[in-house]
Formats: sequence, C-alpha cells, structure tokens
Amino acid sequence: MATDERKLVDEQIEALFASHPPADTPEREFWGAQFDHGLAWVQHAEGFGGLGVSPRWQGEVDRRINEAGGSTRNRYLNVLGIGMGAGTIMAHGTDEHQQRFLRPMFACEEIWCQLFSEPGAGSDLAALATSAKQEGDTWIVNGQKVWTTLGHLAKWGLLVTRTDPDLPKHAGLTYFIVDMEADGVDVRPLYQITGEAEFNEVYFTDTPIPDDLRVGEVGQGWAVAMTTLMNERVAIGGSVSPRGSGSISLAVEAWEKLHGQDGDPVQRDQLLSYWAEAEAMRLTTLRAKEAAKQGTPGPEGSTAKLHWADLNKAITSFTMDLMGPEGMTYPGGYEFTRPDQTSNRGTSAHKAFLRSRANSIEGGTSEIMKNILGERVLGLPGEPRVDKNIPWREVPRS
Amino acid sequence: MTVTTAPPVVAFALTEEQKLLVDMVRDVLKDRATSERVREVMLGDDGFDEVLWTELANLGLTGLTIPEQYGGAGSTFTELSLVFEELGRRLAPVPLLSSVVLGAEAVLAAGSDEQKGAILPGVAAGTTRLALAHLDPAGRLTADPGVRAVRDGDAWVLDGTAGFVVDGRTATHLVTAANGPDGLELFVVAGDTAGVERTDLEVLDLTRPMASIVYSGVRVQDADRLSGADAVAALHRALEAGVVAIACEQAGGTQETLRTTTAYARDRVQFGRSIGSFQAIKHRLAEMLVASESARSAAYHAARILAAGEREELAIAAPLAKSYCSEIYEQATGHGIQIFGGIGFTWEHDAHLYFKRAKSTKLLLGDPKHHRALLGQAIGL
Repeated sequence: MATDERKLVDEQIEALFASHPPADTPEREFWGAQFDHGLAWVQHAEGFGGLGVSPRWQGEVDRRINEAGGSTRNRYLNVLGIGMGAGTIMAHGTDEHQQRFLRPMFACEEIWCQLFSEPGAGSDLAALATSAKQEGDTWIVNGQKVWTTLGHLAKWGLLVTRTDPDLPKHAGLTYFIVDMEADGVDVRPLYQITGEAEFNEVYFTDTPIPDDLRVGEVGQGWAVAMTTLMNERVAIGGSVSPRGSGSISLAVEAWEKLHGQDGDPVQRDQLLSYWAEAEAMRLTTLRAKEAAKQGTPGPEGSTAKLHWADLNKAITSFTMDLMGPEGMTYPGGYEFTRPDQTSNRGTSAHKAFLRSRANSIEGGTSEIMKNILGERVLGLPGEPRVDKNIPWREVPRS
Repeated sequence: MTVTTAPPVVAFALTEEQKLLVDMVRDVLKDRATSERVREVMLGDDGFDEVLWTELANLGLTGLTIPEQYGGAGSTFTELSLVFEELGRRLAPVPLLSSVVLGAEAVLAAGSDEQKGAILPGVAAGTTRLALAHLDPAGRLTADPGVRAVRDGDAWVLDGTAGFVVDGRTATHLVTAANGPDGLELFVVAGDTAGVERTDLEVLDLTRPMASIVYSGVRVQDADRLSGADAVAALHRALEAGVVAIACEQAGGTQETLRTTTAYARDRVQFGRSIGSFQAIKHRLAEMLVASESARSAAYHAARILAAGEREELAIAAPLAKSYCSEIYEQATGHGIQIFGGIGFTWEHDAHLYFKRAKSTKLLLGDPKHHRALLGQAIGL
C-alpha cells in the first residue's frame, strides 16, 4: 500500500518536473501544474488537486519542489485560502465550488480571506451579528467583520452570517463564499500598534451573494466554520522550526551585540532560562508531530499554541530590556504599511515585541485556550452558560 | 557565537518492549509503592524499601543499564529513564539513583575491567548498593572534595568528611571522591570499613535520605582505587547521567501532581460548582499541563541523547532538562498544594511529599542556575 502510494507520488512529481521545471517555470504557472498533477494536497481526490493518498506524502512533495529550486510560498501568500478555505470547500462545498475555486486558489491567482470575527463577537464567535436575508436566489448581507488578514488583496472571503436571529446562537448561522469585489463591500485597513495594517475591517452594506455560493445548509454555518478552524490548527501546527530560531534568536542577537560575554549575570541566566524553555517547547512540537504521525496523539499536541503565545511575549519583551535605551526607539517609525504577508515572519526585535501582543489574542485567546485545555484535555467541567437554548436575539450583547 | 548546527534527531516514541516495561513497573509500584508504604518507609529506620528493592532487582530493573558481561541486561538509558519516570510518580524510596546511576556509572567510567567485574554484578543483582560521596561537607561540588587520600605503602588512608551523600547511610559501598597527591581519585569503600562514620542528615524530603560521612584514618587497598580511567571525567559522566535521571523523575512527579490535582478539582464542590469549573483553577491547571508536557519533552530528549551516546548534544540536553524540569516540578507542586487548599497543607495528604521532592531534587546535583550556566557554556552564550 505505502509502496504503491510512493510510486504514484514519484511518478507525478517526475511528470510535473519534466513538463514544468520548478526553477524555470513562473510561480503561478507551476502551482497550477502542480495542482493538475494532484500534488497540491495529495490526500484529496484526483481531479481536485490530490491523489487520494496519505497526507504524509505532502511533506515529501514540498521538499522535492524546494530542492529542485521551485517555490512553495503559495502556502503563505494565500494562507487563508490554502490553509483553511481548501479543507472547508472540500468537506462542505459543492462539486461546482471545488471545480471553480480550488485551482485558482492554489495557484494564487485568487487570494482568500476569512470573515469570522466581529467587533461584538471575538472569543464568543457564535454570537456574531452580521445578517444575511434571503431574497429569492440571493442573500443580502449587512454587518461588520474585523481582523481580516489579507482582506485588501482578497478576491474571495469565507463568511459566516446570522440567517435566523430567533434561534439559539449556534443554530442560526449560515456560511457563504463572498466575492470581495461585489457591491457594498468596503475593506478598510486596521491600523495596528506596530504601525502596520496586516488586518482589515470589512463592512457589508446590502451586499448580494447568490445562493449557489452558500457552503453547507442554511443553519449549518457553525459546523462549517468549525471545519475551517480545524484546518487553521493544522496549518499553524504543521512545521517545526529549527533550534534557536524565532524570537529567542532576536534575544540572543541583542545579547551578543550589546553585552557579549561581559553581560549582566542575572540577564544571562534569564536569557538561558528562556532559551531552555523555547527548546523544551520546540521538542514538544516534535514529540507531538511524531505521535500524530503514529496515530497516537496525546496532550502534547494541544499545548503548543498557548505555550508559544505566552513565551513569545515574554521573550520579545526581555529582548527590549536587553537592548536598554535602544529599546526606547522604534527604527523605521510607525509609518503606515500594508504588508502582503502576515508580519509574523522575519522582523525586527522592536516590531516583534509589539507584534507578539497579538499572539495571545489571535487564533483563540490564551484564556480561551486554557478553557479548552482544561475542559477537553483535563476533563474539567465547563463554565456556567447564560446564553444556552435562548434565541440569539435575547442574548445580552455589548 | 552560539551553536547553530542542527541537533541529532532521536525518536520519542516507545517500542513495544519499552511499553511493556512501563506497564510492568507501574504494576509493581501500584501494589508496592502505595502512599501508606512510602510513608512507613520514610518514617522508619530502614532508609529504603527493602521489599520493593528486592522485587525491582528480581525483575532485572537494577541491572537494566549494566552491560551483560557484568551481569546486567545491557539496555540503554532510555529504558532506565522510563523506570525513573514511574518511580517519580510514586516517590518510591529505593536507591536506584544512588546505586545504579551515580555509583554504577562512576564505576563503569573509571573502573578497570577487573574492578567492574568485581563490583557491577552485585549492583545489577541489587545486593550491592553503591552511593556516591563526592561533595564537600557543605554539599558543594568543588575541585577539592571534603576527603583527602594519602598513600601508605600498598594502601591509602582517607580522612575528611563527605556531605549530602544520597542513600549514604544504607549503601553497602561508598564510591568516594578524594584528593590524592596526583589529583582526584575515586575509591570504592565498603560501608562497614573501620573509621567510616555515617550519619543521616535531617532532610527536607524524607523519601530520599542523605548522609554525612566522616572518614577517620580509613584504610583502603590500592585495588579499590578505580584505576581504569580519569576520575574527573568519570565523575562528570556519572553526574551527567544522574542529572538526566532526576529530570525524568521530575517529569513523572509533575505529571502525577497534575493528575491528582485535576481529579480533585473535578470532585471538590464549592459554591455549588466543582472548583475545576472556575477559571482561576482551570487556567492554573491548563498552565500546569503546558509546562508538564514541555518538561516531559526536555527529559525524554535528554534520556534518549544519553542513550545514544551523543556527548556533545548531551552537554546541552542534560542541563537544559535538569534546569527546566526542576523549575516546572516545583511550580506544579506549589500549585498543587494551593488547589488542594487546606487539605493540601496537612501531613496526611501526599501533596507535601511531592512539594518536598520537587524542592530537594531542584537543589540536588546543581540548582537550575548552575545548570543554565552549563547550558550557556555548551551553546556559547
């Protein structure tokens, strides 16, 4: 079985490389051809960018592409599409959705964004208020979304709306794909504490969505949204960084530059304490990856997000302390920029310090993560709920 | 410059045999290392649980890492580390750390073939119990231990005091570090040799006794001076193994603390709710889980690196594991007492036993600051 799969994957890689040499083919053209050879997401069905084989072969495919001088950066350029949208469309979308959206998504011909959070629905996502009302074959959308990464570049959005305010909050939701170029869509940059606008606010004013862009049944939006969020977890937890990389490398750099061997022993001890913790955390992701691969995942797979968020904040703050007076500066200033990738990747110590504050908010706050670990991993009882089984309309909101 | 080479990759997953080993040890400890039994031993005069020790020996666990040619099983340190993790969960008072790790590793590293052949089969069988006496009376590891060795014909005469010797009073033999005319030497001294006076210290953690040992004109034959290799390097090896064993024990204790505390938080009801439903408690337990998982990773990695004989990586992995696991174990047991509340402060509850083991092992064989300094040297920071 495994040998057959390897043979199939190998054949497709060789065919792809023969027709589209990775180093010499324009990126989008190559990614399109990669999709056509079933090497976009190998675990999915043939004809939809996959080969129907075990997902573990994807790592091999990506490694070979990189070795051959090709690029796999579409996974970052279109992280919401490839990382989250694809899995959702494959699980809940129609055949038409899959035919229409997956290939241009993978080739980065169309960028995607995610329209979930709202000013009044952060941790409590299911409380969201953006409404969609049906008028014949069309839905009319009104409301506001926030924290929309890549919203300013996106052609398509993954949108959760409230279609029935008289049902309890989870039951009245419906999921759509929305054309970001449609009428009534207003994307505004959200100016962050770093001076950048990675994120956007998106306003919908009487925006029409044809019913054939609905994903899943009316009222099933929560289940579809959960699929998207599960894919987010997988996308984030996919790779293990090298030892000493990430924020601890910024701390080490600051230490060596400004103190070297003559540094304060208290700060050295603190630096080593963070280094040790960062490495212990990294080893945990390695251990989790190994356990998941063997089909025996344990609690080690659930702790990474929380650990990383809190440790990253501590280390970047410590790095500023190490820099002393230089920590009072902000090189480059706060001039407004709008990056085409999330700025988690490659950044100055100063910006990392500010950016890290979002780590314990985005993708589930640390407080919510602790609830999840406490309840789902440790089996502790849930919070008392005052919004259960009552119409969304009657739930108090701020 | 800091180390930039990628660390060697060692698999975390257990083999089927290793899983069976864990099950076997758990079974034995479930019956033999109950809270009642641990308390009976810790308050008694025996100093360790002879019944359990015999059983562990009969199962071959005291000889796991001893080479087959010296009567052991010739397994790797990974297997032994699994035993330590389980012992750590139960606080079983047996001299495995002192005899099979600290003592035997010193003999393995420093002894001649003949000496290893004479000493190690007994260790493997559990009938010889070694203790390592290498610290000065104040418990400091210095180039100058508390004992001096003077040559007298074919023999040596030892004088001085070794402090903080784990299981020192009950060991059959003391692997004693002493300063001789040519520097550090390691002697294997029978515990009942004339001139050896052993006194138990009043220790914080009653499940792990430590002794002060006074040597007054103790005569030792030259044949009992470990003569196969450099004593300083051998001592270093033994201590490195000891540090990793302790980290695994700490990872076990941390998991057990989390397990019992979580169970209590589910059962204990106040204000009409189980206290684990309050975020103040739930979040603390979630933080303990995060830390516990990373402590396990650090300890497992160090054990596997030691087993693989990757000396360069061990210089990173061992102090990293010891410093990190020490801090996490202490935090976890502190949270444990807090979450148990009033009952957690009582003698009858086991929370304090883990709290004391945590603090004691944090300071044993070098505190976290010491190990972070070693880590800094290893990675060039």
